[in-house]
Amino acid sequence: MEEELMAEKRPIISTGGRGPAPAGKRRSLPMAARYAINALLVLLVLVVGELMIDGGAITRYQTSVLQQVGVYIIMAVSLNVATGYLGQLPLGHAGFMSVGAYGCAIFIMRLTETLGMTGRDIVAGGPLVGLIVFAGVVFGGLCAAVAGVIIGIPALRLKGDYLAIITLAFAEIIRVVMLNIDDVLGFELTRGAAGLTGIPSYSNFLNVFLAVAVVCFLVHTMMKSRHGRAILAIRDNEIAAEATGVNTTYYKTLAFVVSAFFAGVAGGLYAGCVGVLQPANFGFMQSIEILVMVVLGGMGSMLGSVLSATVLTILPEALRAFSDYRMIAYAVVLILVMIFRPQGLLGSYDFSLSRVIERVMNRDFPWSKRAASDGKAGEEVSADV
Amino acid sequence: MFKNVSRRQFVQASAVAMAGLSLAACGGNEGGSEGGDGASSIKVGILGPHTGDVANYGIACRNGAQLYFDQLNEDGGINGKQVEYLVEDEQGDPTQAVTAYNLLVEQGVVGIVGDVTTGPTTAVAQQSVNDNMPCVTPSATAAEIVTYGNNTFRACVTDPEQGRIMAAFANEQGYKNIGTLYLKGDDYNEGVNNAFVEEAKALGITITTEQSYSAGDVDFNSQLTTIIATNPDAILAPNYYEDDGLIVTQARQQGYTGVILGVDGWSGVADYASAEDLQNCYYCCAFSSANDEGLAAQFTADYEAAYGETPTNFCALGYDAAMVLAAGIAAAEEAGLEAGSDEYLQAVIDGIAAGSVEGVTGTIAYEGTGDPVKSSLILTFTEDGAEEVFETIDATA
Repeated sequence: MEEELMAEKRPIISTGGRGPAPAGKRRSLPMAARYAINALLVLLVLVVGELMIDGGAITRYQTSVLQQVGVYIIMAVSLNVATGYLGQLPLGHAGFMSVGAYGCAIFIMRLTETLGMTGRDIVAGGPLVGLIVFAGVVFGGLCAAVAGVIIGIPALRLKGDYLAIITLAFAEIIRVVMLNIDDVLGFELTRGAAGLTGIPSYSNFLNVFLAVAVVCFLVHTMMKSRHGRAILAIRDNEIAAEATGVNTTYYKTLAFVVSAFFAGVAGGLYAGCVGVLQPANFGFMQSIEILVMVVLGGMGSMLGSVLSATVLTILPEALRAFSDYRMIAYAVVLILVMIFRPQGLLGSYDFSLSRVIERVMNRDFPWSKRAASDGKAGEEVSADV
Repeated sequence: MFKNVSRRQFVQASAVAMAGLSLAACGGNEGGSEGGDGASSIKVGILGPHTGDVANYGIACRNGAQLYFDQLNEDGGINGKQVEYLVEDEQGDPTQAVTAYNLLVEQGVVGIVGDVTTGPTTAVAQQSVNDNMPCVTPSATAAEIVTYGNNTFRACVTDPEQGRIMAAFANEQGYKNIGTLYLKGDDYNEGVNNAFVEEAKALGITITTEQSYSAGDVDFNSQLTTIIATNPDAILAPNYYEDDGLIVTQARQQGYTGVILGVDGWSGVADYASAEDLQNCYYCCAFSSANDEGLAAQFTADYEAAYGETPTNFCALGYDAAMVLAAGIAAAEEAGLEAGSDEYLQAVIDGIAAGSVEGVTGTIAYEGTGDPVKSSLILTFTEDGAEEVFETIDATA
């Protein structure tokens, strides 16, 4: 099945090959091998990273920056589902992040209190802690997904600018609810303007990057599935998609809710990195910052989101030496990229390791190709492994 | 070779050149730390928001702390060692505060002056417990900051404490009926207001009404009408100076001539209300440049000489926080400990906890908690609008 698909040349989702294989049937990797190679690489990165942290090759400061990078990768990848794949422009992503952050933090704090665990027990780790953190992060994601449903159903009836404004407004509502919910409920939940403090630091390199890998995998497989294709179809032409039988309302809401869910997951991990949550930290600018990451990386490119989230998180830290001028340098980078790469760093190109391996297996290199096909290769729009 | 340069290529090349130049220009201003060389220096950190929305507080605290360390170095440093201060910016963001804190710890500081605002300070306080790193915050007033461990101290008094000071002052002045007007949704304003109301009721003062407003409001007439209708002896406005200036002006326009009380957020209100309207206003504050008493007057003169502007409350608190930290480090140095060890950090903490310093905002001593026992000033305004010390309220344990 996969091979048949791969052999077909389709306009929207490219097969990755830029023409027919040089001779005879194209050799390809079986799916199991593709997953095994990628899983192995993820595992390798995690093990090497963890060893380097334990051994002191990556310092604590660098580890804390890396954790932030992980959180923002998840934020950017999740926003990319709604922005790049679904083609909408939500401006309230930080709102979902805050719902997930508060949900996860409150869940974990209440649970550990009931179990009689201290902050130090949680930092120490162990299987029980792993389970609690997993449950907490998923709970945070579910809270955000519920908010996504509530916001998505009315918001997605609108398009373009109107959708942007209404999501912006909903994110503000979430922020104001966080500020005032205690007065309404009559007991302490978010602790309003003073902020939720004393959150145990349950996030570490390992669980943040495990989450990054899982989120990227889930988003990727979803986009390769029937559901993902339906979402891409809506982006490319909503009327045509509807005419071919795609339930546009359902799939728009689905993409929006998935986007919210993963933002909630990122929020939960963020809470564990910082240890204090204040509604003011999830304002309009936070949403914009994440949108900038997605646009800079290239809308619809997961690798683009990952790269730009990494670069934009590390850049202000790397420029610390410039002191007060660092924010100018950050802005200059943004302006230069937008002038010279308006489609984002990677456009809608996505990297696929298996595709590279297959090319090598077929001796199908770009430089040998160029001569053969007269450079008629265009931008690839793809979600291949 | 250059004759075929297209316009696009030219734009690209010049953009790259511009970027390169601007980076080079930035590089020239690099380096915030001075003094000290290698082994014979003591490293301390100064952490705060030096860019971003709350930069004015962070810069004021930083300037104050730098002034103290510079003076200390001129006088020979601590135990013959120069103090090398490392300045890190966190833009008022808790995430960056934690990162910057980790960076400072890695660079081998033995204590930190910071953080400045409540949210980031809480994040840093929670992190620093794990390292037992001595932190002295000049200005973060939320009560629980000092409760995570024994290593965090503050140089200012808490929000509730300010509320209690003003309630005691109101009682002493014989005001029997007081209305309040505060910003809702901000922990500072609400914290002061609630503590004031509680203390005032305990002292037998009647709170006639508690009115609130939202962030961004500029018209307070309806709330003021309600308050003035209850015929109060005084109005409490525990907010920041921009709002307080408007409240004072609008209250006077409504014909209210009674007393208006405030807290340290009033510092700077003179630019937002006329001298005439500010008559009969009192607020409590740690420091005033109008204070002509010894240390404060000396500090004002030194600060003006160093930075060319009049120091604010935050500058003085930054200076005092640096002084508190230096006193702790001096205690550790006297004990002959090696910097970088856990014992050294504990000795600094013990030194701060046990010691007492004569700061420019009053005598600061810690009696078993991270909260200082210190005096406060009650300030009022002269007829030409200048601040004037009305009274000094002594420390109450």
